[in-house]
Amino acid sequence: MPVMPEPILRVENAVKHFPITRGVVVPRKIGAVKAVDGVSFDLRPGETLGLVGESGCGKSTLAKLLMRLESPTAGRAFLKGHDLFRMRAGDLRRLRRSMQMVMQDPYTSLNPRMTVADIVGEPFEIHPDAAPPGNRDRAVRELLEQVGLSPEHANRYPHQFSGGQRQRIGIARALALRPEVIICDEPVSALDVSVQAQVVNLLERLQDELGLAYIFIAHDLSVVRHISDRIAVMYLGRIVETGTADQVYLRPTHPYTQALLSAVPVPDPTARARRQIIRLSGDVPSPADPPSGCRFRTRCWKAQPRCASEEPPLSQRAVDPHPSACHYAELHQVIA
Amino acid sequence: MTYQYPSHGQGQGYGQGSGQGQSYGHGYPDSPTAPVVAGWNDDRTGWDTPTAAWSTPPTRARVERPRSGEHLLDVRDLWIEFATRDGVARVVNGVSFHVDPGETLAILGESGSGKSVTAQAVLGILDTPPAVVRSGQALFSGEDLLTMTPERRRQVRGQEIAMVFQDALSALNPVYPVGWQITEALRSRRGVSKAEARRRAVEMMDLVQIPAAAQRIDDYPHQFSGGMRQRVMIAMALAMRPKVLIADEPTTALDVTVQAQIMDLLATLRAELEMALILITHDLGVVADVADRITVMYAGRVVEHADVHTLYGAPAHPYTRGLLASVPRLERRGQGLHSISGTPPNPVAIPAGCAFHPRCPYAQQMCRMTEPTLLRIGRLDRASACHFPPEALDARHA
Ligand SMILES: Nc1ncnc2c1ncn2[C@@H]1O[C@H](COP(=O)(O)OP(=O)(O)OP(=O)(O)O)[C@@H](O)[C@H]1O
Ligand SMILES: Nc1ncnc2c1ncn2[C@@H]1O[C@H](COP(=O)(O)OP(=O)(O)O)[C@@H](O)[C@H]1O
Ligand code: SF4
Ligand code: SF4
Ligand SMILES: [Mg+2]
Ligand SMILES: [Mg+2]
Repeated sequence: MPVMPEPILRVENAVKHFPITRGVVVPRKIGAVKAVDGVSFDLRPGETLGLVGESGCGKSTLAKLLMRLESPTAGRAFLKGHDLFRMRAGDLRRLRRSMQMVMQDPYTSLNPRMTVADIVGEPFEIHPDAAPPGNRDRAVRELLEQVGLSPEHANRYPHQFSGGQRQRIGIARALALRPEVIICDEPVSALDVSVQAQVVNLLERLQDELGLAYIFIAHDLSVVRHISDRIAVMYLGRIVETGTADQVYLRPTHPYTQALLSAVPVPDPTARARRQIIRLSGDVPSPADPPSGCRFRTRCWKAQPRCASEEPPLSQRAVDPHPSACHYAELHQVIA
Repeated sequence: MTYQYPSHGQGQGYGQGSGQGQSYGHGYPDSPTAPVVAGWNDDRTGWDTPTAAWSTPPTRARVERPRSGEHLLDVRDLWIEFATRDGVARVVNGVSFHVDPGETLAILGESGSGKSVTAQAVLGILDTPPAVVRSGQALFSGEDLLTMTPERRRQVRGQEIAMVFQDALSALNPVYPVGWQITEALRSRRGVSKAEARRRAVEMMDLVQIPAAAQRIDDYPHQFSGGMRQRVMIAMALAMRPKVLIADEPTTALDVTVQAQIMDLLATLRAELEMALILITHDLGVVADVADRITVMYAGRVVEHADVHTLYGAPAHPYTRGLLASVPRLERRGQGLHSISGTPPNPVAIPAGCAFHPRCPYAQQMCRMTEPTLLRIGRLDRASACHFPPEALDARHA
């Protein structure tokens, strides 16, 4: 085993609760949406952590916490040893150069009134001290080339580009300050298959060239498998299973991971007969009122009385050496 | 850092999650789009045949039985264009397909390839203008949906052919209880009494496996999750027991676990009710799971059609080959996904010759000049719109 490098990002017990209030004049807090409820993980330089889970499980909220676009309720997050959650604005701004984000929706995340050159060069305005010496235009052109766009496109507006091209613009902007970590929140979900592959390949190439670490959020488990070194599976604000991509995909031990993997449609009609889909009944419960004990128990086919009273910790289980938050963790291979 | 300009596209702002539909704590959007469930809201002309229970299918005396050799729904050489600021957008260019009872046909294509416009034209819910149906036929049991009287078409729509849409939230009316909406057509067209309608609503909700149907019949759409709303819309589409159900990206907005439930449900209902199902999707995984036959569209044209096993096992058209190669697969990891270069064409400027030629690794001089026709391959119900048969392509690539 090679020596593990120090994590570039370490998240400890991150929590984000959105208050639910009633009353317009004097709002009273009557509860909280527990969007992120105690999430911990490490991200090492140059690696990709895939974050998966159903809609509403807290993936985007976690991303926004790390970017400090939302203020954390509790927890700590160390970027290169500095606690992002406790930092003052000035220090935060400087540190934030090291971590950038690419948004899901290439249609709404770019300002339609700015030219591509302005969009990609904007980080230099916000962080003048990080601007490249010399000509800003040249830097922008280089960034465009790096993401496979023609430098002649610099003076056009976002609406003149296709979804895939807009996503490239977003990536170019994220690269401007030479970050070490990029959080990609569903970067290819809005794209067509044929274009999606181009963007995934671009992200992989940039990672190789620049040594970037990615947090790659997606609901498409096939794309995540493709790009990730390690995986974290989220359910109702918590990580329920985590490990290397092979551990989570080939040797899942948490019933939720197993169900999620089994439901992924397989682009092979001959697999129909072989496939066994684990049918989850019902929907994800409201994060304002998560079930007691194990949060998955309302949909879990293995639930026992203990699951309602005792919350299973995310810890290593006897069946396979990777953490799983299930009292009855068992190996069940879903992918052939 | 983050810009949110709601005017662009239907994508939700970043803070809303990824547009996946589930919206805990967000409640209902301020201005829901008008309900667009086909055939539901515009026809109150009444139906004079009082029908008994759901279990006895209504007779459809006015529609002739298909003669042998005739398909239940047979779309032939459909051409549709839009006048836009940038010129004429040719979005459907000679599309043909057919479907028979008990069969699932998938129409597969990337966004903008003309799938929804085709479906809307068949159903008669395409706004003309701005759209212009240049030519073509859509024969339902031999009767042309495109030329029949509006009155007749309203009868067929909802009754014989129904549709479910991707976005159930905007397709359902926010101000009426779901049970009321499910039975709207039964009441207005079949004159079913209120009490009977309630009973049927529960029956339909049971059919689409909504738990505790009797208790939920008076709930409003926003009180249901995305998956449950999709079930409500399916119940609504099936209330009149149509012979053809067109499902336009019915699971695109849903999570995989819920998607699996809905696809299951559609497959079960298709078999139970002996419907023909037309499944419109861009997802090669979903198609492989449920379709019998597949029609692949590119730039408003059918580029290939085949049975599902042939299409996946031996794709003929270079576009289909490229698509299949670019899908990331769960069981595979490693560097470099295959990708098709370039992007799908703008319908106001479709490349001359073969529309796929700028992206095609096999393209030759003639591909830039001459448009290939959809030619049958072998004896099978299989065709490809490429100048070169599959063996020739294989030989060239080897
Ligand atoms: N500003 C907010 N106020 C109240 N609740 C919020 C807010 N932002 C998010 N939430 C809630 O927090 C939970 C997690 O939302 P989040 O957007 O992080 O989900 P997600 O995992 O990214 O889902 P998706 O796959 O749909 O993008 C959801 O229940 C959401 O409704
Ligand atoms: N009202 C309209 N005016 C102009 N163009 C339209 C209109 N509706 C659809 N189109 C165009 O028609 C083409 C096909 O659209 P559509 O059938 O919705 O594609 P999809 O295959 O994604 O369902 C697209 O290029 C779209 O922009
Ligand atoms: S702890 Fe119990 S309810 Fe939770 S996943 Fe394991 S078996 Fe299921
Ligand atoms: S006709 Fe030519 S360009 Fe078109 S798909 Fe065939 S080889 Fe490619
Ligand atoms: Mg999200
Ligand atoms: Mg569509």
